[in-house]
Amino acid sequence: MEVSVGEIFRISGPLVVAERLKARMYDLCKVGEENLMGEVVGLAGEKVLIQVYEDTSGVKPGEKVVNTGMPLSVDLGPGLIGNIYDGVQRPLPVLKEVSGDFISRGIEASGIDKKKKWEFQPLIKKGDEIKAGQIIGKVQETEVVVHRILVPPTARSGRIKEIYSGSFTVDETIAVLEDGTELKMAHKWPVRIPRPYIEKLPPIVPLITGQRIFDTFFPIAKGGTAAIPGPFGSGKTVMQHQLAKWSDANIVVYIGCGERGNEMTEVLEEFPELIDPRTGKPLMLRTVLVANTSNMPVAAREASVYTGITIAEYFRDMGYDVALQADSTSRWAEAMREISGRLEEMPGEEGYPAYLASRLAEFYERAGRVRALCGEIGSVSVVGAVSPPGGDFSEPVTQNTLRIVKSFWGLDAKLAGRRHFPAINWLISYSLYTGTLAEWYEKNIAPDWNELRIWAMSVLQEEATLQEIVMLVGSDALPESQRVLLLVARIIREFYLAQHAYHEVDSYCDIRKQYDMLRAIKMLNGLFYKALEVGKTYDEIEKVEGFDEFMRSKLEADYKTAMSKAIEKIKANLGV
Amino acid sequence: MEEYKTITQVAGPLVFVEKTKPVAYGELVQVTLPDGSVRKGQVLDTSKNIVVVQMFEGTRGVDKTCSVRFTGDIVKLSCSKDMLGRILSGSGEPIDGGPPIIPEERIPIVGSAINPYARKYPREFIQTGISAIDGMNTLVRGQKLPIFSGSGLPHNDIALQIARQAKVRGQAEEFAVIFAAMGITYEEAYQFMKEFERTGALERAVVFLNLAKDPAIERLITPRMALTAAEFLAYTYDYHILVILTDMTNYCESLREISAAREEVPGRRGYPGYMYTDLATIYERAGRIHGRKGTITQFPILTMPADDITHPIPDLTGYITEGQIVLSRELHAKGIYPPINVLPSLSRLMKEGIGPGMTRDDHRQWNDQMYAAYAEGVDLRGLVAIVGEEALSERDRLFLKFADEFERRFVNQGKYEDRDIDQTLDLGWELLSMLPERELTKIEKKYIEKYHPAYKKRASS
Repeated sequence: MEVSVGEIFRISGPLVVAERLKARMYDLCKVGEENLMGEVVGLAGEKVLIQVYEDTSGVKPGEKVVNTGMPLSVDLGPGLIGNIYDGVQRPLPVLKEVSGDFISRGIEASGIDKKKKWEFQPLIKKGDEIKAGQIIGKVQETEVVVHRILVPPTARSGRIKEIYSGSFTVDETIAVLEDGTELKMAHKWPVRIPRPYIEKLPPIVPLITGQRIFDTFFPIAKGGTAAIPGPFGSGKTVMQHQLAKWSDANIVVYIGCGERGNEMTEVLEEFPELIDPRTGKPLMLRTVLVANTSNMPVAAREASVYTGITIAEYFRDMGYDVALQADSTSRWAEAMREISGRLEEMPGEEGYPAYLASRLAEFYERAGRVRALCGEIGSVSVVGAVSPPGGDFSEPVTQNTLRIVKSFWGLDAKLAGRRHFPAINWLISYSLYTGTLAEWYEKNIAPDWNELRIWAMSVLQEEATLQEIVMLVGSDALPESQRVLLLVARIIREFYLAQHAYHEVDSYCDIRKQYDMLRAIKMLNGLFYKALEVGKTYDEIEKVEGFDEFMRSKLEADYKTAMSKAIEKIKANLGV
Repeated sequence: MEEYKTITQVAGPLVFVEKTKPVAYGELVQVTLPDGSVRKGQVLDTSKNIVVVQMFEGTRGVDKTCSVRFTGDIVKLSCSKDMLGRILSGSGEPIDGGPPIIPEERIPIVGSAINPYARKYPREFIQTGISAIDGMNTLVRGQKLPIFSGSGLPHNDIALQIARQAKVRGQAEEFAVIFAAMGITYEEAYQFMKEFERTGALERAVVFLNLAKDPAIERLITPRMALTAAEFLAYTYDYHILVILTDMTNYCESLREISAAREEVPGRRGYPGYMYTDLATIYERAGRIHGRKGTITQFPILTMPADDITHPIPDLTGYITEGQIVLSRELHAKGIYPPINVLPSLSRLMKEGIGPGMTRDDHRQWNDQMYAAYAEGVDLRGLVAIVGEEALSERDRLFLKFADEFERRFVNQGKYEDRDIDQTLDLGWELLSMLPERELTKIEKKYIEKYHPAYKKRASS
């Protein structure tokens, strides 16, 4: 479609109404004399409704609107890693260079650096047949990421006439097909359209996060979906950061959607310093950030989750495991609500548009473990934070999210209040992946893994029941054996579930260590009951020497020695 | 500049004008009333047919014969270093009888978003001299930390005490207070002004006053005026600014009023769906920027309607700000000042602002332990109410006592008592020493040996 020019009829905040403009839904427009970026979101009679990604102060009716005829797209190619983008993939460092410390308007910036040269190494040769999505070469983008160069998914098949190797920018031709088509290292992709793949595969491999409560009790599969809802201050963002830091994914895409500016700054300052336990290199070398903070234009916030997931899918298509964190999907939903309100659409629940549920579903459905067009297996795992008003999970965003996601990690203000972190309530959380992942854990960790996990959870469940009685009669009134159970539950809570995000040792807990810790608790459990049998009282057990050493042993770099020493001590002191 | 006499409709604070030349979104408007007085407004919606203007000073006396002038400019504040020591109205006009402010610069009050890439992470500890804040919920420079209060609670005293005592250790730098009052009573404002004058703080303060009697819609621009002044002083003159905004609840009420007048689809409790975004454009104007010396720290105060922390105003605020200080009616009734309930209180930025070189090496673990012990004690109170104290174990009784002492000795302090961070931490250790050492599971042995009173005594004897 050719470029069309119209003019502004009305401006109401981020919504601009244009007239005499030829447009299709979701075409990208340049609005006003300052060329503000916008996207067509509605057609009404002669009028075209455009949501503008930048502040519209000072824009007047009668100014021009140019429809580019293209949908909102992102640039995909070497140069994505380590970058930080706004909601429409403009690199924030470039914006800073152009406009200083504050974001101004009408700046155009390419998503990837067009001048930088990359060392391209072809993986196919002259005469080879190629098809859409195939890997034709590679670029060592960072020390840890090999950027596999893909044939665009929409390209036609053909035979390679020439392919070069050497140093190229993303705009230069690296291969020519016999029909004359030129291939480059980068291509564009419209953000609202999922990238194609061959088939979806079942989620049978866990995404190991290094967080005990997730990996052990409520795991997420590679290619799976999870939601973390919680009131403010319950630790959503810290959990999202933890996942971004320690997940065993090849690539991490972190979307700061309508959240605090300082939180993105924290990631920017911290990630280059933090070392990935698997590669020994800084985490920033595998991370892409999308930051549209709460005070940046609301329409760009709406676009930011699509920008993020398109980038994630692109790396998936290279055969990588990608972990995507969206913090927070509630702000995204609110952006939809705001635009919808301006469009004067009939509201659904709590003013949210009626299409809220379907948009959320579409977004999470872009997650998955797939066989990519290139034949490799890749995955996008999506973890969405949800910020329910007043911490009330019955609100529309939480409810519609829970209908889609398979892991639910419910945060609890009460736990946060007593500084039990992660403040994930183990009684309300769930994961539907435990069944499909059971086999992986048994094969790769230990045959008794699932047994241990179920035992620990049953102790916690039992504790919840007993606590109700304790609230009525006090713990002294319980039989000794039940008091021991409460003690074991306390160990599980304080030793196992509580995990210190800012402690150098505890922040990341290897899956082997998780197993060791769980087994140690089970062993203590056995010792305690045995002690009861040989006539020890509960008080003696609770005050046994070595107990506090045990509780602290997880913080030691050599936790194994510390833990077994403590257990030996307890054993000796109990005389069992 | 053309004048129009084409007002077709007046609805609440909104004026609708027809048949204009193209008018810019956000443009500043002047409406001349029949009696010759001039009122200001701002364009909220503009199209080729009709322009909607929001009047800052209300629409009383506005009729269809009024003349409307579009200034071609957006709302700006005249900024100058001479603002310090001045008292301005909620829309930035001097009301202290002094001369007009000669602007060095006229700055749009909307402000632009700080590029997150240009931000510098806040990690400079501010000592407020209040134990419940310094020890438990540490404030750092560039943070936005609101006080969630309720009507009748001494939030003003706390804000004043912070303004009086706040300092960065070992540094004497230019610092100033910007005080923006929105819809508070004359008496409350008087308390602030008197205190500012008494301590000489007024010389390094800029005061914006929109009192309860002043137009409600003006409140929508007051905080933006204040923050524009703050940004000017911080980023042009390297000041460290403490911005006190009180009371944000009144601001939100005005926002709801405008939204209702525009017949927008309401969100929760009638507040507009975009209130989160709107509040964010205020609160996010705090922080530090790479390569700039000045900083902006925000202390918004809001009263929670019916002490309900899930009410949209505190709720949305809490989702934007970097923590909150929550006041408790129960503690206030017990005679504890400041009545800060540390359990729902939080400072998100403290983890980077505490520790060796900033506060003290034991602070982090000390904090975890204090929280855990107090929370346990408070939990036990619920149990005592049902089964009586006798049914508790000896251990539980100690925790119960800890919680009482924590409130009575640690949280409680004088309005003019300025405790430095060492005093605060040592006081905490004193309380922790009531518990058996084996219960201090969150603190490493080396800190216990260094700071626990039992060891200290041994070392000195």
